[in-house]
Amino acid sequence: MRRFGLSVSAVFGALLTALPVSAEKHDFVSTFTLDNGLDVVVLEDHRAPVVTQMLWYRAGSADEWPGTSGVAHFLEHLLFKATDKLASGELSATVARNGGRDNAFTSYDYTAYYQRVAADRLELMMRMESDRMTNIRLTEEDIATEREVIIEERNQRTENSPGALFNEQQRAAQYLNHRYGVPVIGWRHEMVTLDLDAAMAFYKRFYAPNNAILVVAGDVEPDAVKALAEQYYGVLEPNPELGPRVRPSEPPQTAERRMIFRDARVAQPYVTRSYLAPERDSGAQETAAALKLLSDLLGGGTTSYMAEELQFKTQQAVYTSAYYNGSTLDDTSFSFVVVPAEGHSLEDAEAALDKLLVDYIERGVDQEALDRIKMQLRASQTYARDDVSALANQYGQALAIGLTVEDVQAWPDVLQAVTADDIIAAAKALIRPESSVTGYIMPPKGDAS
Amino acid sequence: MRVFLLAALTWLLALPALAGVDINAFKTAGGLTVWHVEDRSIPFVALELRFRGGASLDAEGKRGATNLMTGLIEEGAGELDSQAFAKARDALAASFEFDVSDDTLTVSARFLTENRDEALALLRTALVDPTFDEASIERVRRQVASSILSKEKDPSDIASASFRKRIYGDHPYGSDSSGTMESLNALTRDDLIAAFKGAIARDRIYIGVVGDISEADLGPMLDNLLGELPATGAPMPDKATPAFDGKTTVVPYATPQSVAMFGQPGLPFDHPDYFAAYLLNVTLGGGGFESRLMTEVREKRGLTYGVYSYLVGKDGADVWMGNVQSANNRVAEAIAVVRSEWARMAESGVTAEELQDAKTYLTGAYPLRFDGNGPIANILVGMQIQGMPLDYIATRNDRVNAVTLEQVNRVAREWLNPDLLSFTVVGQPEGL
Repeated sequence: MRRFGLSVSAVFGALLTALPVSAEKHDFVSTFTLDNGLDVVVLEDHRAPVVTQMLWYRAGSADEWPGTSGVAHFLEHLLFKATDKLASGELSATVARNGGRDNAFTSYDYTAYYQRVAADRLELMMRMESDRMTNIRLTEEDIATEREVIIEERNQRTENSPGALFNEQQRAAQYLNHRYGVPVIGWRHEMVTLDLDAAMAFYKRFYAPNNAILVVAGDVEPDAVKALAEQYYGVLEPNPELGPRVRPSEPPQTAERRMIFRDARVAQPYVTRSYLAPERDSGAQETAAALKLLSDLLGGGTTSYMAEELQFKTQQAVYTSAYYNGSTLDDTSFSFVVVPAEGHSLEDAEAALDKLLVDYIERGVDQEALDRIKMQLRASQTYARDDVSALANQYGQALAIGLTVEDVQAWPDVLQAVTADDIIAAAKALIRPESSVTGYIMPPKGDAS
Repeated sequence: MRVFLLAALTWLLALPALAGVDINAFKTAGGLTVWHVEDRSIPFVALELRFRGGASLDAEGKRGATNLMTGLIEEGAGELDSQAFAKARDALAASFEFDVSDDTLTVSARFLTENRDEALALLRTALVDPTFDEASIERVRRQVASSILSKEKDPSDIASASFRKRIYGDHPYGSDSSGTMESLNALTRDDLIAAFKGAIARDRIYIGVVGDISEADLGPMLDNLLGELPATGAPMPDKATPAFDGKTTVVPYATPQSVAMFGQPGLPFDHPDYFAAYLLNVTLGGGGFESRLMTEVREKRGLTYGVYSYLVGKDGADVWMGNVQSANNRVAEAIAVVRSEWARMAESGVTAEELQDAKTYLTGAYPLRFDGNGPIANILVGMQIQGMPLDYIATRNDRVNAVTLEQVNRVAREWLNPDLLSFTVVGQPEGL
């Protein structure tokens, strides 16, 4: 049933979840900053002789200039082509020849490159990753061929999926001014015009050590990582032109938006609702924590309020969910999906959702449900220690969106401190029709199927 | 810096040892065979149970029974209804996942040391005393129906279903394990109980446990968890006879990008040529960006975002498959390139350098799989199901390295068969 979950297709190559990390002990985490501004996080896990290197840039699709949508992601692809020292494709081939895996992903707020490999190959990985931060050499042929690849990628992820096509329309309506309203992969009509100049302009502006975060996780010693980082990344010049990361912000949203999307490939009609919502801010993560708990309580699975009311009691829905991702640089959104059961209309499903939200705010939070979720969050810190690559993701992502290591480490405690009253207050502030987008996704008129 | 020189040097270095994978195989007092890795570093346990048979055990005319039954195992058990069971599980911060595939029914559990007895007691009720109440059956039936309808409109799912049907015909592998709307709607509670008894039995169980637990604690715990399961289950399904005609078949569907699946006969894991075939496939279409298919179809021509080939080993069939997706006006060219690379590989095989690259890739990547309690537990049951010896982990890379260029190229000639390579294309492909 995941097909109905709100798409996270904007995040390429990896699903980034917001699991909290261990709050009790952080002695496996070391951090330092090189003189040229590169932030470094080392996460030790000595259970297996393996290392993950991730290099995160504080540059994603929302940092693109108008008219060049998709260039951040296009450049990500192009970073696997030639540099001064490496032939096109040689970086990945070398990783593979050393028994490793490599890939990269682009989102609204960041672009990240990673390799996972035997721990004794870390130096080689750093040599190659630092090389492509400043030395790529692109040809017109690279541009022409790889542009076809990203268009096929858009075909695969978006054009072949009515849900994904609707999601990009929905985001475009949600954001009136911010570039979160433009798809990471790009609008097709702009993608076909992306050229060498656009890619190189983005590269020269954003790819610099003072705009990056290096995360090294696995069977490594912090001192050794520091020495290697100094040797390979420390020699790179920072870009002095990079100022504070200020992007267009949202004006007051004053009109409720409603959308109808029809496509013959829609098998199951469904209704979505999203609201503009605050995100995690450094030193001020309380509201985001309350919204995270609200999304779990309302739509986080079988025992959630939406499932209980609409799937179990009234049986109006076959699937429900609530989704909130607070790990963004600017205002995020909080969304709901209801897939009505056969014989129930989208109008009824929407009305049921509206009533449910009013009722929830009136009744207040079920303390037992809140305790269960807090227990799970506590346990997730234990489980998270089993997956150091996921921890590397959390630290890299957090630092890329303006949070600090302290914010990451405080997050589990901030979540535990949220009260039932905080959650209701956050819900009341969230549910503003003027900041909402409601979507009906359905087959064309007269399509009996 | 010339990276290829550096890389060549690293071949000579010793591959990292598989630290922490010290398998303890033992039999419980109750007679269960357990593969166990004790690792006390994090206070939780990953438990993986796999029952051979899976969705292919569906009785004649009852397609979808095992799948629906699997979806109902934790929808109420013992004294607890569906919601109460889920709340009890969440309150313990345990996770139980039930999944069914063509050949296996899998239970993946994860629970904390601090409440492991309660977590296992709860899991036990689901395994020995699921309720299958009518309200839950109808609710989950509606969910499965919804997913059947969705699959009928998704190009990748249509491709998968069409290809299955074409290759496996009436064998259970030839249809989706969810069943059809018709077969799903005809299933009764008795059918589900029969499917449950047929699929979850002691004569077909494989057990892997990794984490914060000793053998002394684990044995009695498993005997208690599984001791009351039926001794025997349903008879295993017949072998399939996959049929490949070498043709390209189009399933018309209005969508901008065509989805193509392709395949030809494969070979089983215990075949003497298997490792050579596996290495051959890395070069053909199994590795990363470096495979020939990826190089020719994506990197040189920009015809796709991804193209892959893979060996599929099922209990009742072995096939060599692949997939590619391209815009409707370009998919014919993508397929032509795949066909031509398949033929070129069959004719002239791989170079010594390609084989060496594939070996270093496979041997180096192997330790990366052992990255957490859950993944290791998964590997432990996989090894048992495939009949691997206990020392397989220690000897596997030697087996890879022992393959010669002559073997790989003989396997390319004898096993790759461009004349049987069959394509199913869903979309509106031009020129096919």
